[in-house]
Amino acid sequence: MKYVLKKLLTTLITLTAVSALVFFSFSVIPGNPAISRLGTEATPEKIEKLTHEMGLDRPVFERYGEWVAGIFHGDFGRSYSYNTDVSSLLSEKIVTTLILSLLAIVLTVAVSFPVGIYCARKSDSKLDVFLTSLNQLIMAVPSFFSGILITLLFGFALRLFTPGGFVSYKVDLVRCVSYLFFPALAIALPKISMVVKLLKDTALKEADKDYVVTAYSRGNATKAVFYKHVLKNAMIPVITFLGMTFADIIAGSIIVEQVFSVPGLGRILLTSISGRDYPVVEAIILLLAAAVVISNLTVDFLYRAFDSRIRV
Amino acid sequence: MVKANDRTKLILGCILTGIVLIMCLCGIFFTPYDPMAMDAAADKSVSLKHIMGCDQFGRDVFSRVLVGVKETMIVAGSVVLIGAFFGTILGTVTGYFGGWLDEILMRLNDAVLAFPSVLLALLIIGLYGGGRNTLILALGIAFIPSFARIVRSEVLRIRNLDYIKSVRLFGAGHLRIIVVHILPNLKTVLFSGILIGFNNAVLAEAGMSYLGMGVAPPNPSLGRMLSEAQAYIFTNPLTAVFPGITIVIMILGFSLLSEAFKKG
Repeated sequence: MKYVLKKLLTTLITLTAVSALVFFSFSVIPGNPAISRLGTEATPEKIEKLTHEMGLDRPVFERYGEWVAGIFHGDFGRSYSYNTDVSSLLSEKIVTTLILSLLAIVLTVAVSFPVGIYCARKSDSKLDVFLTSLNQLIMAVPSFFSGILITLLFGFALRLFTPGGFVSYKVDLVRCVSYLFFPALAIALPKISMVVKLLKDTALKEADKDYVVTAYSRGNATKAVFYKHVLKNAMIPVITFLGMTFADIIAGSIIVEQVFSVPGLGRILLTSISGRDYPVVEAIILLLAAAVVISNLTVDFLYRAFDSRIRV
Repeated sequence: MVKANDRTKLILGCILTGIVLIMCLCGIFFTPYDPMAMDAAADKSVSLKHIMGCDQFGRDVFSRVLVGVKETMIVAGSVVLIGAFFGTILGTVTGYFGGWLDEILMRLNDAVLAFPSVLLALLIIGLYGGGRNTLILALGIAFIPSFARIVRSEVLRIRNLDYIKSVRLFGAGHLRIIVVHILPNLKTVLFSGILIGFNNAVLAEAGMSYLGMGVAPPNPSLGRMLSEAQAYIFTNPLTAVFPGITIVIMILGFSLLSEAFKKG
């Protein structure tokens, strides 16, 4: 219980630190957002008026306090360029990116576990050698390039989906998911090969340990020893890796959304960065950071549930 | 220093890395065509004159790939150097002295480490604008924490070895112990760290320039060539495929090398 409280407290501190860092780093950049928003129509009076309206003439700490207080009500401020609330601007895109990331994770687990277990059990068989070599190759293909290859293969040659024909989940959930399957595949491919490799390596290392050899020598069934002992212990590093991968998958979705023109968080982050729409950038970075921190926390807890030795 | 434990991986890694280095040298000293010269009348398909074809502006793709490899190597190399240099300083100081400084810096380090490097780089580029130098700075900062972590744990291990205790008994100061007795022993971890880091840096550079946050156009970069070719993917797919395969060869070569040298 003390451990849980301590972890929750550190998470809270980290999130506060990130929010402060993001907010203050954007308020020290030279240049007045009011001027860039007015563009060519800027006159000194207009600038002063807009600066006041946007609250930019007040002390930075006061604005930070207001920003944080607003977040607790789901209010992230107003976008400079879209002239709407950041929260209403982002809500649909958050869900889109979330669907994409979840699909990628499900794909990763669904493919890598069976393949990894097969490679570990039948190591050095012909299929294992082939799969391991293929794995090495796939690991070297960046997700945006595999995305382009997937577009060529499934979109152009096989015509399984229309590239660029994204449908929002609000319109048709099934079509949305079936479109997002392909970008999710592009994100998942390198992760799948990494998990397969890790699972195989740790399982083989574990299978060499004395207790496993003892279990075999006592006449236990090979299969039972593998699943009950070897696999259970080999899962610990795999779970840690999956937890860290979640952050990577979210970051990877920023790039892959661009490949498949999916209007998610990544796309609006990029347009907001080039359009200097700081409230939107701040909100997205904070949201992504929160997702990363919370997934790390979940891994820590899972870790303890799986391995009682770690409870110190 | 390091022992290769897998001959096939080592040989294949050396061959692929060799190809990349030759391409990089060609990119510096000799390209068949001017990578920026446009020729709208040029035949876009693959031929003996243009072995990778031409892009939408009629620029020779092979020449652009060569220069792109050079650009990627420069960015990735600088990024790893920044990360390794500051990471070593940070890791040595925190690992050797410990205490509250270690506690604070490592908490901070972990927070940055948990953050995907692409996201961190995007944040910094959002603050200071794009371009090659900002990209190097942004990715360099993002790469410091991982180096700091591996160096710190190695320093922690070495610090408690007997020979360090004995030189301390002889009256050696902290600076002398760090510089003369600890730093030379870090080369093994640093070597494998740099190989893996270089790989990640190539990947990150290609990703960032794909997003248009790297080398400014019209200068060629592998990632940007991919994103530019994507608009013509159905009419001229090879323009995207060749730079992509080049990135794969770079990453594959280095990852094979780093695995071959991994402490087995």
